[in-house]
Amino acid sequence: MEQVINEIDKRQMVINMGPQHPSTHGVLRLEVVLEGEIVNEVRPNIGYLHRCFEKYAEEVGDYSKVIPYTDRMDYVSAMNQEHGYVVAVERMLEIEVPERVEYIRVIVAELQRIASHLLGIGAFGLDLGAFTPFLYCFIEREKVLDIFEKTTGARLLYNYMAPGGLMRDVHEDFKSDTAEFVKTFRPKIKELNDLLSYNKIFIDRTANVGVLPVKVALNYGASGPVLRGSGMEWDLRKNDPYSIYDRFDFEIPVGKGELGTLGDCWDRYIVRVREMEQSLRIIEQALDGLPEEGDVFEGIPKRVRPKAGEIYTRTETPRGELGYYIISDKSGGPFRVKARAPSFVHLSLLPSISKGAMIADLVAIVGSIDIVLGEVDR
Amino acid sequence: MAEILGNITISLVHVAIPLTIILLFALVAIWGERKIAGFIQDRLGPYRVGGWHGWAQSIADLLKLLQKEDIIPKDANRFLFKFAPFMMFTASFAAFAVIPFSSAYIGSMINIGVFYLLAVTSILTLSVIMAGWASNNKWSLLGGMRGAAQLISYEVPTIASVLMVIVVSGSLNLMTVTEMQSGNDVLGFLPNWFIFQNPFLIIGFVIFFISILAESHRVPFDLPESESELVAGYQTEYSGMRWAMFMLAEYADMLLLSLLGATLFFGGWNSPFGDFMAGPVWGFFWFMLKGLLLVFVMMWIRWTLPRYRVDHLMHICWNVLIPLAFVNLVLVALWEVIF
Repeated sequence: MEQVINEIDKRQMVINMGPQHPSTHGVLRLEVVLEGEIVNEVRPNIGYLHRCFEKYAEEVGDYSKVIPYTDRMDYVSAMNQEHGYVVAVERMLEIEVPERVEYIRVIVAELQRIASHLLGIGAFGLDLGAFTPFLYCFIEREKVLDIFEKTTGARLLYNYMAPGGLMRDVHEDFKSDTAEFVKTFRPKIKELNDLLSYNKIFIDRTANVGVLPVKVALNYGASGPVLRGSGMEWDLRKNDPYSIYDRFDFEIPVGKGELGTLGDCWDRYIVRVREMEQSLRIIEQALDGLPEEGDVFEGIPKRVRPKAGEIYTRTETPRGELGYYIISDKSGGPFRVKARAPSFVHLSLLPSISKGAMIADLVAIVGSIDIVLGEVDR
Repeated sequence: MAEILGNITISLVHVAIPLTIILLFALVAIWGERKIAGFIQDRLGPYRVGGWHGWAQSIADLLKLLQKEDIIPKDANRFLFKFAPFMMFTASFAAFAVIPFSSAYIGSMINIGVFYLLAVTSILTLSVIMAGWASNNKWSLLGGMRGAAQLISYEVPTIASVLMVIVVSGSLNLMTVTEMQSGNDVLGFLPNWFIFQNPFLIIGFVIFFISILAESHRVPFDLPESESELVAGYQTEYSGMRWAMFMLAEYADMLLLSLLGATLFFGGWNSPFGDFMAGPVWGFFWFMLKGLLLVFVMMWIRWTLPRYRVDHLMHICWNVLIPLAFVNLVLVALWEVIF
């Protein structure tokens, strides 16, 4: 028996991918059991970015003071994180949000979705060795960040939304800047498709790799582009509308297994690319509907003190279903805030879909589920 | 005694000339690569060091690397670890001896030039394994093994495509091969370069170029050092000057294989305009220009394409390139017999 175990040990090699590795998207450690180049087992080790979000939310004693910390969960889509939280608090307070505020929130949330997808796509290309598309994506992301910087003063962590309103009104040129971005960004998506999405090598590397059947995805609780990549039409903006998303006309792109098996890395990737186009459509409609006049501060309550009770609200972030479960004990701050982070769920998928892949595929799979470690560890 | 001293002096000159060319090329090419990468990626690249377009960037980098601490991992095999980068550079450097830089200069006029070149560059494989194994690092080992498999496999199509030219030229001496390509007789105006002489040699050149991309492990075949998978492959544990030696060897290898391609397919030091702008000095200019153009294409590819996976790489080599190369070799030979 011992001899058999030794034989197995000789052929296998345990290798540490991370926490310092160029393509772990943050500080993730994967214990990989390799046999040659074939991955036999992956064990994700998390916790390197743990910052006690939930404990902080309990201790701080103020609903508004939690908002900066939601930014820091998924730091590449901070607006969406804030949006989910303020929607939850507003539902607890049962307050109406001014029209203008809702429109601005939708616009910045969709801009943020584009920025986040650009990072995800670019980093995915980088994982596969394509350096140039990454920088093309960053040039475009920079334009979104410039708009945000003009409005909020920050480029990454905005602390922009407040329960019932916004911290400040948008800047004067916001409308024209955003319209300009929408106009210039559309051709860039085509450019990206030419350079990366339909590149022969890229397709070879991603099609039929890391196949996630829709059943497995549902069992693990996947959401967002990962679930849609497996062919399931599920988008909370349509299926469980929050804010004013029910007013806009847009489609839900799903993976169709065009170039390989349904639910492979390429499907997950292309869903993100097509979602950016849909986000542009939403932004255009929202820009048309944006009321010129309106005070973004008037809806903010003097004291945020909801009734005792609990609530679970979910919103669609670029990575999937972000849920906030908040318990109120009638005091000024939450008794408990639990965040249900999509990245955490998707990371738990990794061992089941990367078995038998090659080590280069493992990198592709980690890139295609597009996790942000800040959100995994919270 | 005086005769021996004279011989030694001549040998040293023959060593110094290619070495100078390689070092100058490396300085320019590293800066050039970063500039090209910058332009391809819609940015400027190095712009500060030295004033004009950051021309002194590579020199500054070199000085920085010289000052770095020489780190050797605790459990590494010290001798092999130290030896590998130098051996790698020596392998590419030694091969420059048979490259005819101009009609007046070739390091060593031996009759088995191409054979010598291919044999000497095979040592590269050894140094990659050496570095990968001696580092005592799992990533290095994976990179070293990948490198060995890749370099050995791609040697076959490289040699087969070189053979195609040898079939046409009938000589292994690169100087003779170049001399055979003088003149402008193809279709009345095209130079007598082998790529124009025989239509199947165009296919041969494509095979040759793909193979040298893999031989010098450039993107899309940079698997031995793929930074997103294997951290840095066999170079993971190297730092400072030893790492710089690897880089130098990589650039020397790129230049060597590009110059070989220029010699075999594009007429070496021959001017594209017949007797116009010909002569030893112009010859050197044309030769380097042709080589650098191929180097530029390699850089262009590097900054455009993603990387292949290791099994795709082997598939391309054994199932596509090698059969194609041998069929093409026969076709080239048939064309030569018939016309």
